[in-house]
Amino acid sequence: MSRMDSVPTTHSRLPRRRVSDAVFFGTMSLLGGSYVLLIVAMLGADAYYTTPGHIRDALLKPEIQYAIRLTLVSCSISAILSIWVATPLGYLLSRYRFPGRWLVDTLIDIPIVLPPLVLGLSLLILFHLRFGDFRLEDWLRKDVGFPVTYAVPGVILAQFSVACAFAVRTMRSTFDEIDPRAEAVARTLGCSRWQAFFYVAFPQAWRGIVTALTIAWARSLGEFGPILVFAGATRGQTEVLSTTVFLELSVGNLEASVAVSLLMVAMAVIVLVVLRALHAEPRS
Amino acid sequence: MMSVEHLTVRAGTFSLSDISFRIETGQYAVLMGRTGCGKTSLLEAVCGLRRVTAGRIVCRGDDVTHWDPADRHVGYVPQDLALFPTFSVREHLEFALRIRRAATALIKQRVDDLAELLGITGLLSRTIAGLSGGERQRVALGRALSFEPSVLLLDEPLSALDDATRNDLYSLLKKLQVRTGVTTLHVTHNREEAAVLADRLFVLDAGQLVEQTAVK
Repeated sequence: MSRMDSVPTTHSRLPRRRVSDAVFFGTMSLLGGSYVLLIVAMLGADAYYTTPGHIRDALLKPEIQYAIRLTLVSCSISAILSIWVATPLGYLLSRYRFPGRWLVDTLIDIPIVLPPLVLGLSLLILFHLRFGDFRLEDWLRKDVGFPVTYAVPGVILAQFSVACAFAVRTMRSTFDEIDPRAEAVARTLGCSRWQAFFYVAFPQAWRGIVTALTIAWARSLGEFGPILVFAGATRGQTEVLSTTVFLELSVGNLEASVAVSLLMVAMAVIVLVVLRALHAEPRS
Repeated sequence: MMSVEHLTVRAGTFSLSDISFRIETGQYAVLMGRTGCGKTSLLEAVCGLRRVTAGRIVCRGDDVTHWDPADRHVGYVPQDLALFPTFSVREHLEFALRIRRAATALIKQRVDDLAELLGITGLLSRTIAGLSGGERQRVALGRALSFEPSVLLLDEPLSALDDATRNDLYSLLKKLQVRTGVTTLHVTHNREEAAVLADRLFVLDAGQLVEQTAVK
């Protein structure tokens, strides 16, 4: 008998392989699906707990209407500011090796890994720390007439300080995916670095810019800790939807709190659908 | 005329050492050498995309060694072509002229002439996404020639093409040289290309120029 005769054929292994495949997919789905199930269960519980009446009542409250308006405005402004900063910073980090680059790269991650509450506290200390006779918040409030702490600009700055880090990461990976050779060739064709960036790199980055904008907007929507510490949660002044949930919960109005939460879920779903649609489009 | 005098380029552990050669106006020079011997680094140094450690690069009588790539008047076709994905074929040919703020009529005339010379008139409105390798090569050549550079640098322009397309492009490159009179430095490791195209032949080995020959 030759050695090959003792090797089982693929055909004879087929039933065993089918069982193995079933165990593989079953185990993977069970482990991964448990998390998906948790999210669905949480959203389902929210939806079950609330009624259309609760949502209507919540939406009719003037302070919640104010919070919706401020949320839409502040999230949009902080997302636009994030892109304004993240596009050049992402480009520089992607294209150039400069002294201290690793330090900048590390610093950008700090708002991502730091507890949000600590970030709000750091902002508060920055604006109220005294340097001799100078205090930033006093100067802005009295000399410039632009109060930041416990005011709407504080809400936007608190949202921006976290959202921008995510936008920078997105923009950097966007530019990493764009071939720098095209910009180099553009420079041999007569372009300055500015022209190579605006005419060649920037048009290729539009999808990344929209993605970064959407992520920054969604991060701003979910921000709570830094806003609470740096801008406060004053009804009708610095109240955004995330603080509304907290305020309604603190006075025992669980129905309104859940109704606002569902509203935020709906907003987040819209943002995520936009993101998915953008990435589903084929890159040509 | 273009000349390189005692050029040294260092990049990490690799270096080009004491390279000197001269290409007369309108000549077609071919630079040969094995992969990794420094051919692309030399082209990048000439067009200003790589920093020169020592030596001089002279184009049309000007020492351009430390000039910005935009000011050198050197057309460059890299090996990967580096076409602009968001541009149409027409926009590729127009780009260098628009940057130089050329008159609209001149741009149109130049693009039409160049497209006819390159055989891509029918492709002008197309984006580059669906073009074949040979068509993309013609677009890259047109983009590099559009501003009438004094020197044209070609980095292995025919390496990724099939035999039929390569033969077409041999004729096209010779026709371009005759029609435009541009001084050309063509990098390859293919002896057939060198034999068909070269007026002058340079051989680079391990970062040093080991041979210079006038072919015809």
